[in-house]
Amino acid sequence: MKRHLISAADLTRDDAVLILDTAEEMARVADRPIKKLPALRGRTVVNLFFEDSTRTRISFEAAEKRLSADVINFAAKGSSVSKGESLKDTAQTLEAMGVDAVVIRHGASGAPYRLATSGWIDAAVVNAGDGTHQHPTQSLLDAFTLRRRLVGRDAGLGRDLAGRRVTIVGDILHSRVARSNVDLLHTLGAEVTLVAPPTLLPVGVGNWPCEVSYDLDAALPKSDAVMMLRVQRERMNAAFFPTEREYARRYGLDGDRMAKMPEHAIVMHPGPMVRGMEITAEVADSARCTAVEQVAGGVHTRMAVLYLLLGGNEPAVSHARTEETK
Amino acid sequence: MDTDVSDAARPVLEGPDIARVLTRMAHEIVERAKGADGVVLLGIPTRGVFLADRLAAKLAGITGRRIPVGSLDITMYRDDLRLRPARALARTDIPADGIDGRLVVLVDDVLFSGRTIRAALDALNDIGRPRAVQLAVLVDRGHRELPIRADYVGKNLPTSLRETVRVQLEEEDGRDAVLLGERRETGAPAAEDRRPEPARTGER
Repeated sequence: MKRHLISAADLTRDDAVLILDTAEEMARVADRPIKKLPALRGRTVVNLFFEDSTRTRISFEAAEKRLSADVINFAAKGSSVSKGESLKDTAQTLEAMGVDAVVIRHGASGAPYRLATSGWIDAAVVNAGDGTHQHPTQSLLDAFTLRRRLVGRDAGLGRDLAGRRVTIVGDILHSRVARSNVDLLHTLGAEVTLVAPPTLLPVGVGNWPCEVSYDLDAALPKSDAVMMLRVQRERMNAAFFPTEREYARRYGLDGDRMAKMPEHAIVMHPGPMVRGMEITAEVADSARCTAVEQVAGGVHTRMAVLYLLLGGNEPAVSHARTEETK
Repeated sequence: MDTDVSDAARPVLEGPDIARVLTRMAHEIVERAKGADGVVLLGIPTRGVFLADRLAAKLAGITGRRIPVGSLDITMYRDDLRLRPARALARTDIPADGIDGRLVVLVDDVLFSGRTIRAALDALNDIGRPRAVQLAVLVDRGHRELPIRADYVGKNLPTSLRETVRVQLEEEDGRDAVLLGERRETGAPAAEDRRPEPARTGER
């Protein structure tokens, strides 16, 4: 396998720790007057976004530019894709233009894998979210924030998240963020508990390396971090819960619930937040909520991923297991 | 993989020699910088950082003032970045007051081709504008490939390209020594290239 990042499950513990350590060094560049590194000078990276995204696309773009790569942005809206072009033809067009890496977001699960393994294209493929499958860089930036807050910025270097308890709450069924986080946090030694209404848990969740619960109040006191997920209405074509109000009462995080968490515990949210639904404004604006920190960490983490995949003549991240995953 | 080098290698400088050499270099810095005013020491990881720390301690002893010391990682500025697998980054740690208008003294263990120092100068460029940049190395083994020279040299060590120079420091290797050895021929270079931080191990 060559230089791709398709799934968080492909990363070994050492790979993940290397990415997090590299991200810490990248973070230090953000404090400098010239926030730029020459590592990807002369390399062309295409951001191929078939699905709407604000923070992920901007975050990737900022990361690419800070590493001095040439950036081409491609949004499916208003492009030849809306005229009916297939992924294959789009890929071959990009290949003909000589791109070195493709950052792809696609509504169909498996599209990045197809792109990476089809032979249509020679470039490195980085998955920026595919359907309800994976969003590996999101899980890396979540792990980055977790390690910073729970272990420490300098103390965390070289360390994983062994023994930390992370509770992921909400729409697990449609969430690629949850899937990636379960894979990566398990690799890093953390204990993950998923909390959701039964209708929002996927089939086969019992085989995932995590605990599953329907009771948020019971999970909160034993969590070092609680990750709230957005209810993805755009992917819902059935009634998964009776009313939004009932969902918010049972699975939303408000001030009273936050008070049940341990003193040191943090509240995470991958964004975009729907205030009043899964999280109240009181919690979202509190010092314990790391949503904004996660965005900052996203740029550093993506810089680390791009540098480690593209910086040398071969990637520093091993991919021993990619072949077996789907 | 280092053991056979060490076995065959001959120590050129030992612990007490290195201490004396660093003391002399510290005095030279004070002399040339007229009291070490505005001096900032930046070590190049890995061993340059330890040498910079030691020089800073000696300078503080001589001048009675604290000398700012930091580290400068040059990995992403290397001209052979694309020739090898992507490498783990080391720490860049610039003293709080920055380097603008200061006299930056780069500190490294071995000066060889000069390419590391060229990369360091590029890296400095992105961090600030020093008044001047000088270079202090523990060992100058010759064979420069760029027009670069050191301002403070611990020991000039004329070598052939067949030889290797390794610096060992207490902080990293458990003892202080400069070792001169023979480069092994068969297959060894490939193995060396695949080490995580090939040229930063002190073997040049």
